[in-house]
Amino acid sequence: MTRLFVILAAVVAVLFVASLVVGPAQIGVGQSLRALVAGGDGPVTLVMREIRLPRAVLALLIGGSLGLAGAAMQGYLRNPLADPGLIGVSGSAAFGAVLAIQTGLAAAFAFGLPLAALAGALVGVLLVLLLAGPGGSSLTLILAGIAISALAGALTSLVLNLSPNPFAANEIVFWMMGSLADRSMVHVWIALPLIVLGALMLATLSRGLDALTLGEDAAEAMGVGLRRMRLTLIFGTAAVVGASTAVAGAIGFVGLVVPHLLRPFVGARPGRLLWASALGGAAMLLAADIAVRMILPERDLKLGVVTALIGAPLFLHLIYRTRRDGL
Amino acid sequence: MRISDRLKRWSLSACLAGSAALWGAGAWAQVPARVVSMNLCTDQLAMLLADAGQLVSVSRIASDPRSSAMVEQAALYPANNGLAEEVFLMQPDLVLAGSFTARASVDMLERLGIKVIRFDPAYGLDEVRARIVQMGAALGQTERAETMVKDFDAQLAGYLREVAVRPRAALYYANGYTSGDKSLAGQILATAGFDNVAAEVGFDGGGIIPLEVLAMAQPDTVITSRPYPAASRSEEIMDHPVIEALRGARPEAALTDSDWVCGTPFVLRAIADMTALRQEVARP
Repeated sequence: MTRLFVILAAVVAVLFVASLVVGPAQIGVGQSLRALVAGGDGPVTLVMREIRLPRAVLALLIGGSLGLAGAAMQGYLRNPLADPGLIGVSGSAAFGAVLAIQTGLAAAFAFGLPLAALAGALVGVLLVLLLAGPGGSSLTLILAGIAISALAGALTSLVLNLSPNPFAANEIVFWMMGSLADRSMVHVWIALPLIVLGALMLATLSRGLDALTLGEDAAEAMGVGLRRMRLTLIFGTAAVVGASTAVAGAIGFVGLVVPHLLRPFVGARPGRLLWASALGGAAMLLAADIAVRMILPERDLKLGVVTALIGAPLFLHLIYRTRRDGL
Repeated sequence: MRISDRLKRWSLSACLAGSAALWGAGAWAQVPARVVSMNLCTDQLAMLLADAGQLVSVSRIASDPRSSAMVEQAALYPANNGLAEEVFLMQPDLVLAGSFTARASVDMLERLGIKVIRFDPAYGLDEVRARIVQMGAALGQTERAETMVKDFDAQLAGYLREVAVRPRAALYYANGYTSGDKSLAGQILATAGFDNVAAEVGFDGGGIIPLEVLAMAQPDTVITSRPYPAASRSEEIMDHPVIEALRGARPEAALTDSDWVCGTPFVLRAIADMTALRQEVARP
């Protein structure tokens, strides 16, 4: 158990440093890290502290959020296909964020953007749970997810198309696919509080999720309050996914792939899977963000493209297995 | 201001010359009598050079102060949206379009037998001159165009003096786009006495310069574009803390506006603005 933790933490640490030293400006590894820590007046410090550090921190936070949210939803719904991106939570959050930006709410006060995205995510989670709550089949969950994603995506596109800003319409791709390019510490500060809050809420689910594997009746008999658990899950997921999507767009598949890969290592205990998936998600997004900068450094390749290329085959495999098992 | 006075006089003389042209049009067949312009840049050149009554309509964007330097004049003309149908119903005998203007509409108008003249965008100050001459020929106002070119050259010459200290500037637009020396904006910058950072890092025309690369190049000032209403993520980059740091204490002056958009004599105003900025930047 601790070995898994140490390995995952080490991988995250290595990828975090790697993310700091990768970039279009050719700066030596030693020089860049020195400038980051020691500071100074030169442009290297500016690049490290204002461009690369926020990017790496956001990859860490957002990857962790998505992994955690995926593991929590999968544990609660007892369904391996639940991923915030696939079931429309990220899409709804993106719609909330776009509304906040276009109405000026985001500019009016600092937390307008993440809170609007949280509200959007909240609507998404509530709809999914209403349509395909515990006991609902995989099919219902995926269908509900498709419907919510499609609606949220269409509304996002509509708002961006109607915007008086000629650049807005071109940003549909960003909101659908996500990117960490050219973010700043401002984005870290607006996302951080909600991500921390949501992560703490989701962490409290650990025991309840373990108990739930025995069935709802058994869990209640063990003193797990299902109502309270559901509320915590809804708000926790909406907070982490909302804040993440507000600054980086909708990034799919992280919450699907990571819990799936790590499940065998935690003895199929959804409680333990929570923190493992948070670390795993951070590692996956850091790696994906390094990849987009290495593969096409000149272009802003979207993060969601990379995560989908990894995640979609796994998703298809999971669907195939679900069908074979007759679920 | 000298330049805007000049420009006002041009527009005024265009109006006054109208009555003369009314009878002249019949006598001289190649002077088109009903001209419709479908492109922001041809709109402005045509408004500067046409006789009164000769220009029937300009595009809607000519009334948008963010893009057009001639909003007041444009308000005097009915606006078109560049749709083939509405332009055809205006019964023009000449349509002015940009080479990238809604191709389908322009092709349709040509199929309907309407004469269309396409204007390439001006990629440099030389081409401003060429566009003025081309517009003069298209409208049958060659003399007026020649006068305008002479005036343009005379004023431009005033800016072409050798500058002792050339500060390094970068143009930085939405999505991190920059313009090099082989662009109209780049030549405005160069004429005003700036060295363009884009050229140093390998951009001749234009392209997306990574924020990191821009920061490492350490320009003396960064010139961004004025943001459009309602926010966008693409423009957010112009407010990035790195840009604020590079721009120093001069965020207001360092903005491009409608004078930069088209190859018209209004670029002289942009050069004047940038010259003022250069003097401020170069001041120790």
